[in-house]
Amino acid sequence: MIVDSPQGLFCPGGPFHLDPLGPVQRAVITHAHGDHARAGNAAILCTPQTAALVKRRLGEGTVIEILEYGERRRIGEVTVSLHPAGHMLGSAQVRIEGPAGVWVLSGDYKREPDPTCAPFEPLRCDVFVTEASYALPIFRWDSAASVAAEIASWWQGNARKASLLFCYALGKAQRLLAELARVTERPVFVHGAVEPFAEIYRAAGVRMLPTRLIGEERSFAGELVLAPITARGTPWMKRFRAFESGFASGLLRIRGTRRRRGFDRGFVISDHADWPGVLKTIRETGAQRVLAMHGHRDALVRWLREAGVDAAPIGLAAPPLDPEGD
Amino acid sequence: MRRFAQLYDALDATTSTNAKVAAMQSYFAEAPPADAAWALFFLTGRRLKRLIAPRLLAVWGCERAQVPGWMAEECFSLVGDLAETVALMMDTARTERRAHAEPPSLASLIEGTLLPLREADEDEKRRVVMTLWDSLERREMYLLAKLLTGEMRVGVSETLGIRALAQHAGLPPATVAHRLMGSWEPSAASFAALVRPGVSDADVSRPYPFFLASPLEEEPEALGDRAGWLAEWKWDGIRAQIVRRGGGAFLWSRGEELITDRFTDLSGVWAALPEGTVLDGEVLAFSGDAPMPFSVLQRRIGRQKLTPRILEEAPAAFMAYDVLEHEGRDDRELPLRERRALLERLVAGRSSRLLLSGSVEAASWEELSVLRRGSRERGVEGLMLKRWDSPYRVGRPRGDWWKWKIDPYSIDAVLVYAQPGHGRRATLMTDLTFAVWSAGELVPVAKAYSGLTDEEIDELDRWIRQNTIERFGPVRAVKPVHVFELHFEGIAESSRHKSGIAVRFPRISRWRTDKTPEQADTIESLRALIKSAGREGRDRG
Ligand SMILES: [Zn+2]
Ligand SMILES: [Zn+2]
Repeated sequence: MIVDSPQGLFCPGGPFHLDPLGPVQRAVITHAHGDHARAGNAAILCTPQTAALVKRRLGEGTVIEILEYGERRRIGEVTVSLHPAGHMLGSAQVRIEGPAGVWVLSGDYKREPDPTCAPFEPLRCDVFVTEASYALPIFRWDSAASVAAEIASWWQGNARKASLLFCYALGKAQRLLAELARVTERPVFVHGAVEPFAEIYRAAGVRMLPTRLIGEERSFAGELVLAPITARGTPWMKRFRAFESGFASGLLRIRGTRRRRGFDRGFVISDHADWPGVLKTIRETGAQRVLAMHGHRDALVRWLREAGVDAAPIGLAAPPLDPEGD
Repeated sequence: MRRFAQLYDALDATTSTNAKVAAMQSYFAEAPPADAAWALFFLTGRRLKRLIAPRLLAVWGCERAQVPGWMAEECFSLVGDLAETVALMMDTARTERRAHAEPPSLASLIEGTLLPLREADEDEKRRVVMTLWDSLERREMYLLAKLLTGEMRVGVSETLGIRALAQHAGLPPATVAHRLMGSWEPSAASFAALVRPGVSDADVSRPYPFFLASPLEEEPEALGDRAGWLAEWKWDGIRAQIVRRGGGAFLWSRGEELITDRFTDLSGVWAALPEGTVLDGEVLAFSGDAPMPFSVLQRRIGRQKLTPRILEEAPAAFMAYDVLEHEGRDDRELPLRERRALLERLVAGRSSRLLLSGSVEAASWEELSVLRRGSRERGVEGLMLKRWDSPYRVGRPRGDWWKWKIDPYSIDAVLVYAQPGHGRRATLMTDLTFAVWSAGELVPVAKAYSGLTDEEIDELDRWIRQNTIERFGPVRAVKPVHVFELHFEGIAESSRHKSGIAVRFPRISRWRTDKTPEQADTIESLRALIKSAGREGRDRG
């Protein structure tokens, strides 16, 4: 019921595309990250939280049809519903019920608790399409609370410098602000790319540390600053005279990543499923067939086949491991 | 061990020298002395021998984590470090998180568990490693893997480790460095001895920390007035100190090895020196009035027994260039000018095997450059420039001692491929490829054809034929065991080489039988050479 097409995953029974790669007539969008919600579609279907974020990213003009978590909608010969994926605010799995049984597209997901979004909901299905961004048996996440404590102590230790923490502006930044709110109350400076999304998170009832947009301040000594990786090496950085740089990503699980990318500190925190998370989820779906996309999908497929699971790759050939919004 | 893992992470987590010193200092203050001793062992760049081949460790890790070999390869290609891959796989496979389990202390792990493994067979090693894995958390498993494979490296220089310990003990770094010289073995008692108060030391055999020169990276004119500097030839031998104290004599190499017994033919030298004397200099094979090539000396070192024939072929001499102790007094703080005068009096007429490294007389820097061009014919590596006003310092502080070499670059690399040479050498494996470490792998960086003696070529040829692990046409991949010092004229970035680096005119300088492959250079150290190459390239003679 989900097949590859030139514009990405496609459901002919709808017909509609899922997280299409280019402009299409009708698209179901799992979440608001740039590699899933692209501009130019005539009409999209998504959760209300995703809708708010997508409008902010792509402009008010987008035609959006809203579907609440768990609400069922008939489209052509299939019935579609969206269910929490635990990846970021509004992120959803897409459940499609039709003549060929029940299919679930996971979208990006994780199994760790996240104060900014509804927890992943395991769904029984016949065919499960899973992401595999971190599907290698070296990836396993420590609790976000312990990572937040590490970040807080790094921040505290940099009394005479700015602590410049790079991360994705949408999703990861807000999750960090929410996790840090459990250990401190100090305000955090944020880059202009982070703040608009933080406002939407706040409006959705997510409790986060107070944020201050970076303006004309002269000194950031002792402050924590959240910024997107794209700001690194730009003139925007000139305002920080003394700073240490950190990077928050699942990629930092590998020691060399920090050095190779030239950061002073690395914090291992990801919004994608780790290896135990992927395996557990596949088990819980009870699916007879598993399709894997993104990241290490080929390794996952081979591993599943050797374990006697009917599995195949789907979607684009695996892109290099640096998933957006990880 | 948990505390040491925390220290390791703290050192890894900062690029600030002060923060590193502070982290080490607080570790020394908190850790039990036996653990602190072992931490210091690693912090000062010392290594344990490899106990388990990385590949074998990976096999056990796969078994325990229930990861198939191909999948481990997949992971390794992403991680780039076998020990780390194993640790990550083990951590991912844990069924429960139990960071609260108390791991063994660093000292009991090493002394009680790891060192006895030297005598153990493979089954026993496997059993011990599997048991250890149960009690460790991720970073401890990583450190364990590094310890087992002999790759334990901490991101600080020896000087920094010594500075931290000196601050902890409230002693001058020179005192701590001195106490660490020679045959220091880690233990609670030896650690306590390192940090005990007082600066006069009883151990009669102990040498002083060597003062090391830095490569001259500018034209010598930048050093100012020629008259402010002593110029000497840069001898190509074994840097060593003669310690003449307590009625005995000790010859220490720069590698802090006691080599007195290797040079019985120098006994006349120490016999002639007065009690309470320490000289710094170079041990050379010396015949007539000229030094012999280093390879001659090295061949002698390689021999188990010093036969009369070897002593005749490679007669040793001590080329003295500094006096550090005279009449039992530490004279390192005296300016070189005064030490030099003392040295001349001490050396004159004592023994035919005790020579004075003379001053190279040249009125101007320009004249000196001309003399330097004749270095190769004289059998020396170039010139040393020493500031007349300088004390004898510790380590490699820049500014007072410069080496102005003719072949400025040198690396230690591992032999990985060999193939027959051309012409006269067509039957012998003389076309050699050398590699350095990059993320746990050996990456080829240079090919060299010349520099070995005929004897060495024969020996290496036999070894290559017996130790070929794979053949691609005429090329043989050999076990990565042998380390060679390569010298070359230039180094630059290159997109055509897998290593990303190209070296110009590499020659084999010596066969480093004293080094294990783990001690070879890394791609990072080569990149550091490139950084300075722009500057250094200019003063090549
Ligand atoms: Zn994604
Ligand atoms: Zn995403």
